[in-house]
Amino acid sequence: MTALPSSAWGCNISDGCEIPAPKSDIFFEYETLFEIWFFKFDKPMLLILIAVVLVAGFFIFAFRKPTIVPRGTQNLAELAYNFIRDMVQENIGKAGERFIPFLFSLFFFVWVMNFMGIFPLTMLPPTAYFAVPVALALIVYLTWVPLGMIRQGPWGFFKNIMFPPGLPKPLYILLTPIELISNLLVRPFTHSVRLFANMFAGHLLLVTFSALAWFLATASLWILTSALSFTVVTALTGLELLIQALQAYIFTLLTAVYISDALSGEH
Amino acid sequence: MSILTSAVSAAEGSESPSVLAVPLDEFIIAVLAFFIVFGLLAKFALPGIKKTLAERTDAIEGGIERAAKAEAEAQSLAEQYREQISGAHDEAAAIRAKAEDDARSIVAEARQQAEVERSTIAARGEAQLDAERSQTLSALRQDVGGMAVDLAGRIVGESLSDDARSQAVVDRFIADLEAAPAEERN
Repeated sequence: MTALPSSAWGCNISDGCEIPAPKSDIFFEYETLFEIWFFKFDKPMLLILIAVVLVAGFFIFAFRKPTIVPRGTQNLAELAYNFIRDMVQENIGKAGERFIPFLFSLFFFVWVMNFMGIFPLTMLPPTAYFAVPVALALIVYLTWVPLGMIRQGPWGFFKNIMFPPGLPKPLYILLTPIELISNLLVRPFTHSVRLFANMFAGHLLLVTFSALAWFLATASLWILTSALSFTVVTALTGLELLIQALQAYIFTLLTAVYISDALSGEH
Repeated sequence: MSILTSAVSAAEGSESPSVLAVPLDEFIIAVLAFFIVFGLLAKFALPGIKKTLAERTDAIEGGIERAAKAEAEAQSLAEQYREQISGAHDEAAAIRAKAEDDARSIVAEARQQAEVERSTIAARGEAQLDAERSQTLSALRQDVGGMAVDLAGRIVGESLSDDARSQAVVDRFIADLEAAPAEERN
């Protein structure tokens, strides 16, 4: 399990090696470590499981014996809890209280997986594999759609989506199909692709400049471009840290907004 | 340039799956993973902290409430004390005023009593004096009259035993005597 793809690892300009231009295949070169039934456990799969242990483990530990006057990890974990609780209160309101565990799990599960993209021992975000955002977006989709149908009634649910109130009647000819498609079909797709594309591109960028920095590190003037590449990787790592948190936040925030829409039937 | 194109052709040559492919095993693991996280947190981590935060809110609000109550109590107690103190002041002032009144009335009474006593004593003295004087006067009148009559009888040789007449003479004489010094003094 190495951070750099095998094609780039050790490839240096002084060896007459070709310039390593990582492509999407860097995501698919991790070998299967073990197999259970048809589950092929490779690095990204294992990272998902590690994320489960980290998130569940940390918060169960931090909140194992909560005290009124918080101590140690409880302080930190309470910051996390209040962050999600405030987001829920702002976007859903009082009715959103029972969705806090769902959104809390979603945010920290996604964030930890995103963070694995720059964590030195992992250097690979499982969320850069489309299956993961798709799975999460589908869970979210299968949460708010039935919720909306229950809360507004099946007809009310579709009516609220197709006919946003307060518009001149002829406009609905144009708007109704757009609203229907954008809310019911495009929404889960954009929800998952936004997270996936950000993590995928971020990882590809980091690998590209890392490989380049290594490739150009020779005892010649090329060392300057190597240093430049290294600087870029460092800056990108900082940027990634921000993007990872931001994308996890956006993913969770959109979920809160979808749930809020389903509860109230407004846009 | 040749390096880059060869890299591209190499990448095209290796048949890597599409990045938008969703392998079923990965998908299932992701779904299961999320539900494990969700289940564990919803069951073991979050109810506890939710309860604790509610208790903390209660404790803080209860504390504020208790403090407000204690403050109100202290204020009412202070008010009570202030009232008591001002009451005591009023009472003291009233007592002082009453004492002054009492003193004044006692003095006045004493003065009045003294006045009464003085006038009683004076009146009694005067009366006594009057009585003594009139007693003296009548005694004197009798003595002087007797002596004068005796003397006159002896000188004139005639008895002037006629009491009524001699009495009138004596009275006239004495009245003359009483009038004489007053005229002389004037």
